[in-house]
Amino acid sequence: MVGDAISHAVLPGIVIAFLISGSRGNFVMLAGAAAIGVLTTILIEILHKKANLQEDASIGVTFTSLFAFGVILISSFTGQVDLDQECVLYGEIAYVPLDPILLGNGTNIGPRALWISGTVLLIIIIALVKGYKGLALTTFNADYAKALGISTAFWHFGFMGLVSLTTVVSFESVGAILVVALLIAPPATAYLLTESLKKMLWLTALLGILTAVGGYYLALILDGSIAGAMATFAGVLFAGAWGWTKVTRRTKVIEDGGVVNPG
Amino acid sequence: MKELLEFLSFSNPNVRVVTFGTMFIGMSAAMVGSFAFLRKRSLIGDAIAHAILPGIAISFMVTQSKSPYILMFGALISGWAAMLLIEAITKHSKLKPDTAIGLVLSVFFGVGILLLTHIQHSGAGNQAGLDQFLFGKAASMTKDDLVAYSVVASILLATVFLLFKEFKLMSFNAEFAQISGLPVKSLQFVLSSITVLAIATGIQAVGVVLMAALIITPAAAARSWTENLVKMLFIAGFAGMLSGFVGSYISFTAPNMPTGPWIVMSLSAIAVISLVFAPKRGLWSKMKRQRENREKILTENILKAIYHLSERRAADFPVIDEEDLQEIRQFNSDELKKGLRLLKKRFLILRQAEGFRLSEEGLTEAKRVVRLHRLWEMYLTQRMRLKADHIHPNAETIEHIISPEIEEELLRELGYPDKDPHESPIPYK
Repeated sequence: MVGDAISHAVLPGIVIAFLISGSRGNFVMLAGAAAIGVLTTILIEILHKKANLQEDASIGVTFTSLFAFGVILISSFTGQVDLDQECVLYGEIAYVPLDPILLGNGTNIGPRALWISGTVLLIIIIALVKGYKGLALTTFNADYAKALGISTAFWHFGFMGLVSLTTVVSFESVGAILVVALLIAPPATAYLLTESLKKMLWLTALLGILTAVGGYYLALILDGSIAGAMATFAGVLFAGAWGWTKVTRRTKVIEDGGVVNPG
Repeated sequence: MKELLEFLSFSNPNVRVVTFGTMFIGMSAAMVGSFAFLRKRSLIGDAIAHAILPGIAISFMVTQSKSPYILMFGALISGWAAMLLIEAITKHSKLKPDTAIGLVLSVFFGVGILLLTHIQHSGAGNQAGLDQFLFGKAASMTKDDLVAYSVVASILLATVFLLFKEFKLMSFNAEFAQISGLPVKSLQFVLSSITVLAIATGIQAVGVVLMAALIITPAAAARSWTENLVKMLFIAGFAGMLSGFVGSYISFTAPNMPTGPWIVMSLSAIAVISLVFAPKRGLWSKMKRQRENREKILTENILKAIYHLSERRAADFPVIDEEDLQEIRQFNSDELKKGLRLLKKRFLILRQAEGFRLSEEGLTEAKRVVRLHRLWEMYLTQRMRLKADHIHPNAETIEHIISPEIEEELLRELGYPDKDPHESPIPYK
C-alpha cells in the first residue's frame, strides 16, 4: 500500500517541479518527485511512530492530504500548469508517440516517454544487480540485517526512492492509480507461483511485459483506455495464477493420499 | 467579512445545498470510518471507493440510465464484491492483506476505467457526467442529491444507533463477540454495507481518491481526544461536518477552488492539530510528560548525591559545589546546572557564599529518595533473593516511581529495617 500512497503523493511534487522548471518530463522533475516520494514515507513514519497513529491510518492521512494539496495547486495555477486531473488519474498512453524527441538536426529518435522510462528501467536494473544482497537481506529479515551492520534506513529510503521514480515515470502514461496495478499485480502473481526471490523477479518482469502487451490488445478490442485494460489484464493473470495454485494443490493432496503435508 | 456573512446567511440556495450536502457526507463517512479505523481496516475504505467504479459503469451500460439510485445500486454491488474478494484473497492465498487491498483496488479501478472509456468511445450520447464519480462534483450538487444524502445519513445514523453495542464489541474484540453468541457474520455484513453505502455517496462529492480521507482522517483525529467510543463517534462526525463546512466556504469565496480537496485539507489540518495538541494522547502533552519525568529523575538524582555527601561528611547541611557532586556521580555538566536551577526554584537547595546546601525541605526530599532506593534494595535481596551486587541498577530506576502507598507497603513487608543490604542506614523522617 505504500506504493499506492507514493503514487498519489507525488502529485504536488510534480506540480511544484513543473512550476519551477516549466516543462514536463525532464530529469529535474523526476528527481524532485522521487524526493517527495521519500518525504511521503518519512511523513508516514512520523505519524505512526511519533504521533502514535496506527499505520493504516497514517498512510491514508498522508497520501490523501498530499494529493488534495496537489489538486489545489493545479487549480490555483490553472492556465500555467498543463496537467489535467484526468491525465493524472488514468494517463493516456496513446499520446506517447505524439511527443517525440527531436535532435538538433531534426531527426526523430523516438518518443520522449520511451527514452525516460528506458533510462529508469536501466537505473532500476543496475540498482537491483548492485544492491541485490542488501535489498534481499533487509526485505526478508531487517533485524538480522541490522545485526550484520547493514543500514536498514539506507536501503529502505533508497528503495522508496526507486519506487517513487518508477511511479513518476509511469504517471504520464498510465496515471496515478493504475501504476499501482502494475506495481502490485505482477509481483503478487509471481509470488503465488514461486518461492525463490530470483525466480520471482524474472517471473515478475515477464508478467509485466505480458500485462502490457495483453492489455494493449484488450484495449484495441474493447476500444477503451489502454491503462485500464492493462490493469484488467493484470487482474486476469492474477486470477489465473490463483486458480492454478488452488487446482494443483488439490491434486497434490489427492496424490498424497489425502494427507496434507504439515510442512 | 461580508463574504462570511453572506455565506452564513445561506441566502444563496446553491450554497445551502452544497454546504449541507457536504456536511451530511462528511458526517456519515466519519461515523462508519470510526469503526473501520478501530478494526484497523482504514485502507479498505480506499479500496472500496476505487472498486465502485466498474459497478457504476456496468449499471449504466445495462440500463442506459443515469438515475443516482440505479448507479448507487451498481456501486453497492461492486463495492461489496471487492470487499469479499479482498477477504477471500487474504484467507485463501499467501498474500498479505495490504497486497490484497492494493491488488483489488487497482484492478477494479482499471476495469472501471476501461468500461468508462469504452462507453465514451462507443458514443452513447448521454454518458456525460459519469466521470463526476472520479473527481466529485460537490459544487454542482442539486436539491435531489441533498435529499438522497440526507436519507443515506439517516439510515447510517439509525443503524449505528440501533446496533451500537454489537458494533462496539465487534470492533474491539471480534473473537469475544463470536463466543458470546453474536451473529458476527451478519453484523459484519450490515457494517460493511453501510460502509459501502457511505462511500458510494461520498465519492460523488469528493471523488474516488479523496474519499479515503473522509473515512480515515476524522476517526484518526477523534481518537486522540478520547478513549470513549460514543465521544469518538461524536467528535469524528463533528470533524467531518466541520470540514464540509470549511471546504464549501473556501470554494464559495474563491470560485475556482475545488471543494473536495479543500474538505480534505481542512480535515488534515484538524487531524494534525488533534494529534499534536490533544490532551493526554497528543504529541505535545506526551513530550511535556517526558520532560517532566526527565527533570524529576535528574533532580532526585542530584538530591541523592547531596545526601551521600552529607553522609560522608557526617553533617546534615554541608556546603558543596558542582565538583563535589561530580565526584559522587557522573553528571552531564549542562544537565547538572539545569537540575540545580530547578531545585533552587523549588527552594530545595539554598545558595551559599561558596556553593550551596540543602534546605530543610530539601533534606526531607533527599531522605525520601534515598530511603526508597535502600528499601527497594532490601526488598530485592529479601524477597527476590537477588545478590547484593545485582540490585543497585534496578533500584536506581524504581526509586523515582514508588508512590507513598507502595512505600508504606514496603515498610510493613520488611518490618521497618534500619540498614540496607550494603549496611548503609535507611534514613527516616
